[in-house]
Amino acid sequence: MTVTHHQIEYYSTKPKLSTNQSHPYMELQKFTYDNKIPRNFAIATIVWGAVGMFVGVIIAFQLAFPALNFGIQYTTFGRLRPLHTNAVIFAFVGNGIFTAVYYSLPRLLKTSMWNNTLSKIHFWGWQLIIVAAAITLPLGITGGKEYAELEWPIDIAITLVWVVFGVNMFGTILTRRERHLYVAIWFFIGSWVTVAMLHIVNSFEIPVSLWKSYSWYAGVQDALVQWWYGHNAVAFFLTTPYLGLMYYFLPKAAGRPVYSYRLSIVHFWSLIFLYIWAGPHHLLYTALPEWAQSLGTAFSIMLLLPSWGGMINGLFTLRGAWDKVRENPVLKFYVVAVTCYGMSTFEGPMLSLKNVNAISHYSDWTVAHVHIGALGWNGFLTFGMLYWLIPKMFNTKLYSIKLAATHFWIGTLGIILYAIPMYWAAFRSYFMMKAFTPSGQLQYQFIDIVQTVVPFYVLRAIGGTIYLLGVFLMVYNLIKTAKAGSFVATEYNEAPALEKVYKAPANPFWHSVIERKPMVMLTLSLIVVAIGGLVEMIPTFLVKSNVPTIASVKPYTPLELQGRDIYIREGCYNCHSQMIRPFRYEVARYGDYSKAGEFVYDHPFQWGSKRTGPDLARIGAKYPDSWHFNHMLEPVSMSPGSIMPPYGWLFDQDIDIASTNSKIHAMRKMGVPYAEGYESEANKDLAKQAQSIADNLKKDKIVISSKKEIIAMIAYLQRMGTDIKTDTTNYSK
Amino acid sequence: MGMFIVIALCSLVISLGFLVAFLWSAKNGQYDDSYSPPNRILFDETKTIN
Repeated sequence: MTVTHHQIEYYSTKPKLSTNQSHPYMELQKFTYDNKIPRNFAIATIVWGAVGMFVGVIIAFQLAFPALNFGIQYTTFGRLRPLHTNAVIFAFVGNGIFTAVYYSLPRLLKTSMWNNTLSKIHFWGWQLIIVAAAITLPLGITGGKEYAELEWPIDIAITLVWVVFGVNMFGTILTRRERHLYVAIWFFIGSWVTVAMLHIVNSFEIPVSLWKSYSWYAGVQDALVQWWYGHNAVAFFLTTPYLGLMYYFLPKAAGRPVYSYRLSIVHFWSLIFLYIWAGPHHLLYTALPEWAQSLGTAFSIMLLLPSWGGMINGLFTLRGAWDKVRENPVLKFYVVAVTCYGMSTFEGPMLSLKNVNAISHYSDWTVAHVHIGALGWNGFLTFGMLYWLIPKMFNTKLYSIKLAATHFWIGTLGIILYAIPMYWAAFRSYFMMKAFTPSGQLQYQFIDIVQTVVPFYVLRAIGGTIYLLGVFLMVYNLIKTAKAGSFVATEYNEAPALEKVYKAPANPFWHSVIERKPMVMLTLSLIVVAIGGLVEMIPTFLVKSNVPTIASVKPYTPLELQGRDIYIREGCYNCHSQMIRPFRYEVARYGDYSKAGEFVYDHPFQWGSKRTGPDLARIGAKYPDSWHFNHMLEPVSMSPGSIMPPYGWLFDQDIDIASTNSKIHAMRKMGVPYAEGYESEANKDLAKQAQSIADNLKKDKIVISSKKEIIAMIAYLQRMGTDIKTDTTNYSK
Repeated sequence: MGMFIVIALCSLVISLGFLVAFLWSAKNGQYDDSYSPPNRILFDETKTIN
């Protein structure tokens, strides 16, 4: 037992305070640290990490070789990309967070986790959610909002498991034997609280059926909520819990305390106060009001300081210990992880400047930016933790330091090979995108730009593959390590109780009921009150704003609505934006810039964040129906060199007309002005419009039943942006 | 901009919550000693029983 300054205080001063007791706080209490739960979370981290990254490699190759979409709906890019993002964020990093929390929290607080049953529910609940995501996303069951695709039953499950996690964490904190809350714990607390709120607010949706719902918000409102959530998911899921992880595992691995504890506290509090306001930087130059954009930019730039506080603290912890870095693969991973954190948190504020964002938005620059953070910061920090933790839990040494060092170099090479082609592609496509001929015409077609960046996509996919190979090396190394050692399921420790907890000597069970229940109740009731309050607030605020500001903007027809749901199901938003920014080169290419009032019936919004394909905001009436028919059947037939996969199943599957009724009903509930009782008319209108499209196609010698999904898709595509479009020939009507 | 108000309120509530937590932690004496906490975590005091 190491007696530290803090503990000496207890022995020397505290007993004097109470004379009528036999100094119960001086008595050492025995307690255990459970290693099974953190081990299970660690295994889940590795398994889901490998799966999620493998899916990432597949979709990276799909962008270069469309044949890899296999012509099967379940394996197209639009459905697999959400699977990749959800797997690496919520399964890989999520389980990484829980590994760190369940290992470090009891040790930092000198107590067991509060409730082992809750720990188990948390572990299995989270894995079930991941399995549910892995099944539903390829099936096209999606809410259609980036990084929040999972449908409403899974959203509810996430909320419940998150609450279980929170109760368990706060229960542990309240029964601690160490008065001081180490800075890592503050990071875990801040992350839990904020993620809970973000998830609840962003997941407001109205169910249409068991596996289909509409976002409660529409258009600009939805975009704002989504990116408030999206940005803070990066902040409070990928960043703050991992800073907590860093503050525990980096000093442990280095065998030296953090460079400046004071700095860690200052940068923690400033970070969480600033982060939450930065979300609108994802919507610069969009139809979001200017002042909201500026607010996001201002806070994003301020964020540089606390972010770099963390980076400096991490790197300086290794000051004078670089000899250790040379030998210890764990520290090697941490050095690059923290460096990548510094780079991406410098890049982030720069990307929030409007003039820089004009270049980066919708481009591969953003993709490079997030992968510096994801592969470097999250990935390498996780690998470092695992290389340190697994030998410790199996009471042995790492099987091969050499192999771990190889993993480190391979991984670093993978990151470089991933990022550089993406930056290059972003700048090349930007300069091509904005190039005009002397006569004032756009110099390049969109397809020219696609063709130019495809080689960069190949390089990026190779970079990702190399990174994944490194992960396989780690898996082998860790399995060998585990086999060589023997698992330590439980560790024992002893410490004196905190004075406050043990005012009277008591039966531990009795006191736990009294002491702990109020806090649990408080946590639960806060959540209930928050949900209740939001349920009241949100519709009130939204009813007014649903009044369209542009008179010519009308709700979607039933057929268009069905088509839009197919668009969402296929994940078209993963490659196509629906938001034209007010730049000459965008207006010349895509049409008049987008107005906020155009999106008032868009539940959810589909602005997208990446243009692998062209913007579709004004695609309506640009081409004849037959063009869309042929293009969806075989994209290269209409657009040679296209990397879009064919969507053959839309020509076989029938439109789900049974759902029209409930869809119209749900839309009206959210303020879309369909007439009362329109449900019974809707399918008649749908059939009529479908027939007119089928007839239209017949004129171009295409024969297809009007019941097929492609008809609804064409209806939606031909509608897009036409409400306020004036200057084009209307082919569809 | 109805939703902006909702989001701003939520953000404010969270921020106020953090502010309360910060004031509590400062008042509680959490930051009186910035030397021992970072050092204390380095010592593993556990006994392992397989």
